[in-house]
Amino acid sequence: MVADPAFITGTSNYIKVGIMLAVLLALPAIAPAFWIYFLAILGINVISVYGLNIMMGYTGLLSLGHAAFMGVGAYSAALGQIHLGLPFWLAIPFAGVMTALIGVAFGLPSLRIRGLYLVIATLAAQFILMFVFVHWESVTNGDVGLNIEPANLFGYVIGTDTQMYYVILAVMLLTTFFTINLVRSRVGRAFVAVRERDLTAAVLGVHIVYYKLLAFALGSFFAGIAGALLVYFNKFVTPEQFGVQVSIFFLAAVIVGGQGSILGSVLGAVFMTVVPELLRLALLAFGDTFGLDTSLILVPLRETIFGFLIVAFLIFEPRGLAHIWERAQRKFSTRRRSG
Amino acid sequence: MTLFLDYSALGIAAGGLYALIALGIIVIFKASHTFNFAMGEMMTLSAYIFYTFAVTYSFGIAYGLIAAAVGSIVVALVIERTVLRPMVGQPFIAIVMATFGVGSVLRGLISLVWGPEDRQVPSLLARDPVMLGDIFIPGKSARAFAIAVIIVISLLAYLRYSRAGIALRAAAADQITAYSMGIDVRRVIQFSWIIAALTGCISGVLIANVNSLTPHMGLIVLNILSVLILGGLNSIGGVLIAGLIIGWLEAMTGLFLGSEFREITPYILVLLVLMVRPTGLFGTKEVERI
Repeated sequence: MVADPAFITGTSNYIKVGIMLAVLLALPAIAPAFWIYFLAILGINVISVYGLNIMMGYTGLLSLGHAAFMGVGAYSAALGQIHLGLPFWLAIPFAGVMTALIGVAFGLPSLRIRGLYLVIATLAAQFILMFVFVHWESVTNGDVGLNIEPANLFGYVIGTDTQMYYVILAVMLLTTFFTINLVRSRVGRAFVAVRERDLTAAVLGVHIVYYKLLAFALGSFFAGIAGALLVYFNKFVTPEQFGVQVSIFFLAAVIVGGQGSILGSVLGAVFMTVVPELLRLALLAFGDTFGLDTSLILVPLRETIFGFLIVAFLIFEPRGLAHIWERAQRKFSTRRRSG
Repeated sequence: MTLFLDYSALGIAAGGLYALIALGIIVIFKASHTFNFAMGEMMTLSAYIFYTFAVTYSFGIAYGLIAAAVGSIVVALVIERTVLRPMVGQPFIAIVMATFGVGSVLRGLISLVWGPEDRQVPSLLARDPVMLGDIFIPGKSARAFAIAVIIVISLLAYLRYSRAGIALRAAAADQITAYSMGIDVRRVIQFSWIIAALTGCISGVLIANVNSLTPHMGLIVLNILSVLILGGLNSIGGVLIAGLIIGWLEAMTGLFLGSEFREITPYILVLLVLMVRPTGLFGTKEVERI
């Protein structure tokens, strides 16, 4: 297990992080509105990918239902506002906790057994939850979905994309800070021990079931928070935002970025958010020239590319973009030193 | 009461096909401990190859079937060689993800090549209904069931008594020992993929006949998961009974709870089986508790 590049410690790194933060904070003033929209979605994806990476990358628990868990968060936040009148700052953690509970309820039967069973249980969760979103119409309003009021933070209405961008940025930084510290702590080491060889971990005194449950709960909690932010950003929620293809998207993001790496989560989320967007733009630009029906081929093309990326990275670069990045940096720094 | 019997017959008829698909997954699982999530897409692809040769190029049904069988075997062997062979020795979960990725690729490619619309394959099965006493069974379903069950049973017998079947079970019990006893485990794994390709091909063509051919036909495999878990992941014989049970239960939920509940019945069942008896009805050990 290679430690994460400690991109947040060390003086030069403080400077780098400071510059990055300054850019992110200043961006709404200079960048076009579409960028802000895009970055906000990206931030939400990063939070969600952290969650899946804690489960998959650090603890070795594969989840094929991550999107549905995000959906639980989104619906919890929306219903919390509509029925309980929860304020924004309370609705977000509320959504996280609800999702963690439901995630654990699905994971519990299979977390005690090894192998394929958890994968199947999470897939079952994906379809059962999706079914609930669509068919429990008295609560979720079916395919039409729910509309909510904009977030209200201690009297300030957070309505525009730019305002939500700052909120998402803040939550993303908090979760980043939390995850970095988590994986360096006793808990994070226990996760890795469970992933590498659970029997050995048990012999060494790691309570496997407890840590598996904890990882599953934390991963779902992050998904829930991401889902809640998504619903406050869009101000509506529909079931189709959380289909199985979205779960594949997150799976691909973790694999492409790098399992068991925080930098990897960020890189994976960026890559997987940017590539489909570029794909769409490319199709819009060139589709007509070749007489292609853009709306028809975009979805299957995405499916093909996501699947291909999953397979290719698993075979050729199982540690993902994070590893490529690390290697590139090492090369760069040795060259600088010797030159 | 007649309604109950009619639905039961219909459900069991669907269950025969489930068993056939499940068999393809189990054989690969036994040979190489690989869970093939791409099975549904392999199945769909075979049905599309059949369609292309039989209808688009109008070679007729017989050549269409041959082309589908050959095509699906080639695809299966290519997947085995290019994706799974390089991943030997990787964690089980990584391999599962890889087959999931392969499924995604195939599903996307099928939509890209053949488009999203439904297609009607040439009819292989007679349409006239079969009456069992008072029970009415739609002709295509009944015949598809009969074909599926005959193939499942003959495959079970083949895997039980032939040299290849014995080699497969030896490899399933212990790959390294089997290898040292002179069994070419690599060939066994290829053999298991060929069997899976053939069962997928037959079930794909049959399902396309009973329903219609769409790029998302393969999603039916997600229902098969419950058959596998109920039958026991390492029990070749269990799939037939489990398939029939799941098919029947699905039809029953359709009858008593409304058809929209059918789509989640298999998943609720999976969770129940996992809670009560994770080895399934006929599986043995393998389940490692922690």
